[in-house]
Amino acid sequence: MSRWVLRILGLSYVAALLAAPVGLVVWRTFEHGLGPAWDAVTTPAAKHALYLTLLIAAIAVPANTIFGIVCALAIVRYRFRGKGLVNALVDLPLALSPVVVGLAYFLLYSRNGWFGGWLTEHGIQVVFALPAMVLVTVFVSLPFVVREVVPVLREIGTEQEQASSTLGASPFQTFRKVTLPAIRWAVAYGVVLTTARALGEFGAVSVVSGHIVGKTDTLTLHVEESYQAFDYTAAYASSFVLALIAVATLVLMSLFKPKEEIR
Amino acid sequence: MAIVARSVTKRFGSFTALDDVSIEVPAGSLTALLGPSGSGKSTLLRVIAGLERPESGTVELDGVDVTKRAPQKRGVGFVFQHYAAFKHMTVRDNVAFGLRVRRRPRAEIRQRVDELLELVQIAGWADNYPAQLSGGQRQRMGLARALAVEPAVLLLDEPFGALDARVRKDLRAWLRRLHDEMHVTTIFVTHDQEEAMEIADQIVLMNRGRIEQVGGPRDLYEEPANEFVMSFVGPVNRFGESFVRPHDLELRIEPNGETTAGTIERVVHLGFEVRVELVLEDGRDLWAQVTRDEAEELELAPGGKVFVRPRRSRIFQTT
Repeated sequence: MSRWVLRILGLSYVAALLAAPVGLVVWRTFEHGLGPAWDAVTTPAAKHALYLTLLIAAIAVPANTIFGIVCALAIVRYRFRGKGLVNALVDLPLALSPVVVGLAYFLLYSRNGWFGGWLTEHGIQVVFALPAMVLVTVFVSLPFVVREVVPVLREIGTEQEQASSTLGASPFQTFRKVTLPAIRWAVAYGVVLTTARALGEFGAVSVVSGHIVGKTDTLTLHVEESYQAFDYTAAYASSFVLALIAVATLVLMSLFKPKEEIR
Repeated sequence: MAIVARSVTKRFGSFTALDDVSIEVPAGSLTALLGPSGSGKSTLLRVIAGLERPESGTVELDGVDVTKRAPQKRGVGFVFQHYAAFKHMTVRDNVAFGLRVRRRPRAEIRQRVDELLELVQIAGWADNYPAQLSGGQRQRMGLARALAVEPAVLLLDEPFGALDARVRKDLRAWLRRLHDEMHVTTIFVTHDQEEAMEIADQIVLMNRGRIEQVGGPRDLYEEPANEFVMSFVGPVNRFGESFVRPHDLELRIEPNGETTAGTIERVVHLGFEVRVELVLEDGRDLWAQVTRDEAEELELAPGGKVFVRPRRSRIFQTT
């Protein structure tokens, strides 16, 4: 009896909050058939927005993956001054509203900002251009790899690494052959979360991008603009593309999963 | 290859794990580091392997000072209490690890790994993962992995500590046989005096970060340097100022001038041996170990009176 109540409660919660909105996006996208949807996502503005979104993710995700692994290793395996501070700061992007992040970067890098003046004099445009959009995306998607890898590193302990070193492996060989394979699922999961966050970022990017159509519009910004312009088909179709990339990332990850881990 | 540690001191925060410890392990020997937990025996082994850096002191392998050398450059084989198996690799890949890291030819690796798997009797499990092996098999794999690179010295940290009693006994005898065939200088850490006595040529008995005594199993039992050694390597009773082993107590029905009177509290039959618990006239407890025949001859029973005399006992200078 209570099992049924729980099941119905759980299912209806998921249905109402997750399945219905996403389903609605799919339905609205293809409401008038494939043609209009395809046209909507192949306009120059939409294509450029997709390109920019993928480009930003392609820079931010590898950067945060490498940083995340190094940072997790530092937090778990080494003792250093200010470790508590680093550990706490890593979580800051989760706590801070993206709009605030965007504003902070704007204040730093705009013409009248701390670094902006010097950079503008040297002909480097940060705000209203790709660099600031990449920077804020890196910032908001920074914690995921670290947070996934830290507990796994703690759990596996140091014995396997020590065994590797007594067997003659250099520190780098130990990392590549022992540590990395042991944490690879945590890294992969962190990468998926980082990718999802990087693709979906709106607030921070919105502040620093300047919304220049065909230049600094990402897919999320493009969705917002199409919606504001009452171009609902374009808005829904672009949303659908975003969802599709997210699903593709998940599928890719499960394809790489080796057989022995499936029990 | 001989192993020498000189004046090694290692601290963890305010805890002194090793306090100015020096040992010499002759080439080709099988030496046990014996002691209660927290005595520093594992730390000493890890310092020799290079897994811990001592605050002071030196480690020499075959006359070469390796104190500052990283573990991967010391040529030691190390076996861990909890196996430290590479969980994502098959048994074969685990054993091949050291050889792959050294970039040996593929055919040679294959042949050597097959030999080793045969030697440690897990050839049938080569393509399984460590998680599919029993504890004893995992530890044999750990041993094969350490032996694959032909280490100059073999270091084992409580290798059988996580195994059940029967497997332990088998592996113990097997390790001794293996050592007799390979003659690689071996140090193993244990808290089990029986294990140390059974297989070691030399025992280093440690307590609180210091060495209490070094010697053969018999030396430690027969000629203990102090009260700690005597009580650690076997059962002991206090008899006045002296210490006596339970099997060195003679029980008599009649006094003979050298004996002390006592009352039997309990008689425990443990098969061949019989354990007799007594209270002496001065109120002190002790227990004697006698054979079944002796117990029958003396008609030992709770409440009965006996006279006790130590056949052999030791007195230590209190420090």
